[in-house]
Amino acid sequence: MAKFSKKRGKSSPAISTASLPDIIFMLLFFFMMVTVLRDSDLKLSVNTPEATQLTKLDEKSLVNYIYVGRPTQQYQQVYGTSPRIQLGDKISTVDDIPLFLEQHKVKLPEAKRSRITSSLRVDGEVTMGIVQDVKTKLRKSNQLRINYSAGKRAGEIKN
Amino acid sequence: MAKTKTRDRMNNEINAGSMADIAFLLLIFFLVTTTIAEDKGILVRLPPWSDEDPDITKLKERNVYSVLVNANNQLLVREEPMRIAQLRENAKEFIANPRKLPNMAESPKNAIISLKNDRGTNYETYLAVYNELKGAYDELWDELAQKRYGEPYSDDMPFAQRKAIKGEIPMVLSEAEPTNFGEEN
Repeated sequence: MAKFSKKRGKSSPAISTASLPDIIFMLLFFFMMVTVLRDSDLKLSVNTPEATQLTKLDEKSLVNYIYVGRPTQQYQQVYGTSPRIQLGDKISTVDDIPLFLEQHKVKLPEAKRSRITSSLRVDGEVTMGIVQDVKTKLRKSNQLRINYSAGKRAGEIKN
Repeated sequence: MAKTKTRDRMNNEINAGSMADIAFLLLIFFLVTTTIAEDKGILVRLPPWSDEDPDITKLKERNVYSVLVNANNQLLVREEPMRIAQLRENAKEFIANPRKLPNMAESPKNAIISLKNDRGTNYETYLAVYNELKGAYDELWDELAQKRYGEPYSDDMPFAQRKAIKGEIPMVLSEAEPTNFGEEN
């Protein structure tokens, strides 16, 4: 008798939610690890043009980025308003490109080095002169796989 | 009496129910702020650097599709002005030459596209032109792949098939050293 009353007296225990935060934290950490925060903050305003014949770049570690554009408002006093090149997080000149490429290259295993791609993120408004200088320097440094970074164009071409 | 009360309080757990809410809040914050940026673009292979000027006098004029872009972003294609919107169709016709016209490429294998721009050309225009020229080849590859293997050209195709198609219609795009008439600073 006592046994029965005892059982009935205990209300069914609530499911412990104490481990829920752990699970959520696990998710949180997963997302924090997976997401790559923009590694270099842009000192240039870069608005890449749009195109249709796009290829996806798959292996991120094999890509180095070269930005070309005009300095943003806050950097205009230091760097002027004419188009500049940014490598990593520094405003550089064309002559810094070989060193930049080399620094990226040494971090990679030998077998993968032939697949390194340079992604040119160039503002649409920039003229070809500076882009041409970059291209010439890349050719001289024997970095021949390049990618003109562009967004997807949905509609018809205007011109 | 008081003693039992304190012991009761000590047995009480800290309510961890709200912990999940806090963690959720953080989680949602990270989900919203992070953009998984994927990089897309037009993949190009540059020619290796050589100090000598390439010799183009050997080429027959009918095989060369010359595209000039000036500092005002205007196009001159085979001595005639053209708009970018027409470029793709025109280039396709030149390369494939379906009617065997005497002023167009002898065969797709012989066709050469020569692109020359000015240092003052807008990058946007340059890329649009490049995109159209690449698009012309992509469409020709697609058509050939469709005819031969019944599927559009893609990177998932067997290597041998891709090689066969690219052997039939090789993409030869040569870029000349740009002129310098209109560079701004």
